Amino acid sequence: MSPQVHEEVLDNGLRVLAQEVRTAPLASVWCWYRVGSKDEGPGLTGVSHWVEHMNFKGTTNIPRDKVKGIIEQFGGYWNGYTWIDQTTYTETATRDALDRMLFIESERMANCLYDPADCESERTVIISELQGGENDPDTLLDQELTATAFRAHPYRHPTIGWLADLESMTREDLYGYYRRHYVPNNATLVIVGDIDTKDAMTRVVQHFGGIASGEVKRRRPTREPEQLGERRVTLSREGTTAYLKLGFHAPSLSDPDFFPVLVLDAVLTGAKGVNLWASFRTPPPQRSARLYRALVNTGLASSVMGGVIPTQDPFLYTISITATEGTPLDRVEAAALAELDRVRTGGVTPAELTKARNQLRARLVFENDSITNIAHQLGYFQTIADWRVFHSLRERIDAVTVEQVSAAAAARLAPANRTVGWFDPIPVSS
Amino acid sequence: MTRTAPRGLAPVRAVAGNGAVLIAKESSTTPAVTIHAAFHAGTVYDPPEHAGLAHFVSRTIDRGTETRTAEEIAESLDGRGVSLSVTVNRHVLSLICTCLVEDLDPILALVADIAMRPVFPAEEVETRRSEIVTLIRQDEDNPATVANEGMLADLYGQAHPYGRRPRGSVASVEAIDRAALRRFHAARFRPGSLSLVMVGDVETSRAIDAARAVFEPWRAAPADVALLPEPAAPGTRSVRVVPMMNKAQADIAYGFTTITRADPAYYAYWLMNNILGQYSIGGRLGDSIRERQGMAYYAFSSMDANVIAGPLTIRAGVSAANVDRALASIDDEVRRMASEGPLESEIKESRQYLIYSLPRTLETNVGIANYLQTEEFFGLGLDYDLRVAGLLEAVTREEVHEAARRTLDPRAATVVIAGPYAPR
Repeated sequence: MSPQVHEEVLDNGLRVLAQEVRTAPLASVWCWYRVGSKDEGPGLTGVSHWVEHMNFKGTTNIPRDKVKGIIEQFGGYWNGYTWIDQTTYTETATRDALDRMLFIESERMANCLYDPADCESERTVIISELQGGENDPDTLLDQELTATAFRAHPYRHPTIGWLADLESMTREDLYGYYRRHYVPNNATLVIVGDIDTKDAMTRVVQHFGGIASGEVKRRRPTREPEQLGERRVTLSREGTTAYLKLGFHAPSLSDPDFFPVLVLDAVLTGAKGVNLWASFRTPPPQRSARLYRALVNTGLASSVMGGVIPTQDPFLYTISITATEGTPLDRVEAAALAELDRVRTGGVTPAELTKARNQLRARLVFENDSITNIAHQLGYFQTIADWRVFHSLRERIDAVTVEQVSAAAAARLAPANRTVGWFDPIPVSS
Repeated sequence: MTRTAPRGLAPVRAVAGNGAVLIAKESSTTPAVTIHAAFHAGTVYDPPEHAGLAHFVSRTIDRGTETRTAEEIAESLDGRGVSLSVTVNRHVLSLICTCLVEDLDPILALVADIAMRPVFPAEEVETRRSEIVTLIRQDEDNPATVANEGMLADLYGQAHPYGRRPRGSVASVEAIDRAALRRFHAARFRPGSLSLVMVGDVETSRAIDAARAVFEPWRAAPADVALLPEPAAPGTRSVRVVPMMNKAQADIAYGFTTITRADPAYYAYWLMNNILGQYSIGGRLGDSIRERQGMAYYAFSSMDANVIAGPLTIRAGVSAANVDRALASIDDEVRRMASEGPLESEIKESRQYLIYSLPRTLETNVGIANYLQTEEFFGLGLDYDLRVAGLLEAVTREEVHEAARRTLDPRAATVVIAGPYAPR
């Protein structure tokens, strides 16, 4: 039986999801906005993420110098993240901090200040974040591969933005974007933990009920045209290690192919689960997975990792491979593609399906071991589809058949659907 | 068996006839159990000629036993959705996994088999060697790792176990053979150096019984415990630059030696470090370098008070143009903490944070297992989770200030900067 989730939509359009979980004297609050880097236009790449940073900088009723410590005094943790479809903020703290957490999120929704000096100071923080990421060749390659795989859809640009846009964006760009998207009817508030739902809802109405709804003007969605042939990108830069990345246009969460592809990834690289917040923090059970055997156990690669993540529009199924010292990338690529061809033409076996299902079922248990994770999942799925998907995950995984996985492999792993990325290192000059 | 008062975590701890410590804690959050087996087999036990040996063992110990091939181990784990992590730090090598509760017995038996009877098959050793060499080469291309490992080498000396690179060098790893792996295992993996923690949806007596069944027959004499030289605190400042001109950003690692975990001043140091570089986003360091000056995405400090005086490390990632300014800001904050000490309000905030964050730390099975292992390793007692608040409450402002005075002095800091930076 699914756990009881209370769902309520306030008059201003704010959707609230509350679930009582009494495993620890804690409460977790997440506030989700349906805005991510896919909503950004030319010249404004990275604005969603920058806005997220600015929304920790003080509000009308939480002066900047009081932000620090506002949740820590309850032993609390706070954070936020931005990705292609969503921006979200979270606090987890002792249950007596619930009112404080709701106050913070209501302030964040309506009253952030965007002090010009803070905007400037944060510009360089974000450029530092971007450059820190670029120190990692794998991150750099991922960015290039995604930009190559997509021609039209805004998933093509990195969430952190392109440097030129980060250098030129203004305070007015940031504040305007904030005001357009941070309205209650574009948000989902999730509360999970040692709470009383009725009490929590009373507090929600007190804090959020007076915030006016607004019109959210969305960009007209662009459907990515079908890819007509293999695409390639090669980065030849100074470095020590060679990386290979394969990207395949993948189904969105609403596509019937999504769960077959999730199972396919488990067969190829081990199951990761579907929690963006938690799944990738624990390595997958992958030692008997096809690509691990073909690449790592043969000594061609030191690691292989697949990733298919639930998204609103079709994104990428990405396979990331690190070549072992001295192994040429063409050998690694040939071995990887040969294995993918095998599954594309021969499908998967019933035993592989059983193993993948077992792995995914276990991951669903492991990745919901805290109120923070449960609250994340409710909000995540509501933001890209519907929170009820969270409770149907096991059923949907169980319903996947060998034929569906094999058909998904045949269609999705086709050469014309793939983009190949190389980071081919050139020796570091002394 | 001993049991703490019926409040707090109240784990059950038993010592098997062979000396193995078995600890269990029941938690019904999810129908799963976390198994965390820790051995006194960390990198400090690397022989000088085989730097990276403990890490090499961690990459190969689960690749075949006397009765199971690597393939069979892989199938046993993968078929149940279990991912076994083998981690190694300065003192401890740990086998950690979470399984569904119905898989506890077979997984426990598998973990015991891996710990007790690994054979380090030749083919597996060669395959994992090339993975390790690749990891070392990746580390050499990572400014954060280069700066941090370089700073520890300078602070402790390259020959000191705390100053060596945990993965060794390409040359030292190339020199490690099967015999060295087997010798290390035979010397360090003994029942007396095992602490096994099990946390999950299983009765504690049942978990302890299951652990006894697989570990109790293991017989071996206790292993030696490392006797490490206490580091000599550097009397002068050293700054070393490792140019990595192909990188976009520089990393600064800035450190001091501190105290042992057993030092009564530990709680004052804990608070001092939290105020300096942890509280909210990076404490005073984060407030200055990130929040007020906008120079870095991260600036923080961390402290590892350990068996001997471990390091307090300050880290920041900044553009090459800002390295000098960031370093000056670190010096300022370090100097200010030592000369003026913390504010009473800062102590109150950090103390409250550290005390009230405990329920969050202990929310998940993995979190509880880590906590219990730390309690066991440092001999903190089964009721430590109940006592820790009192220990923090007892710390005075003067004690925190004294901790800062004893340790923080920019004139004695060890600094390494790695990245696209050339000093003026």
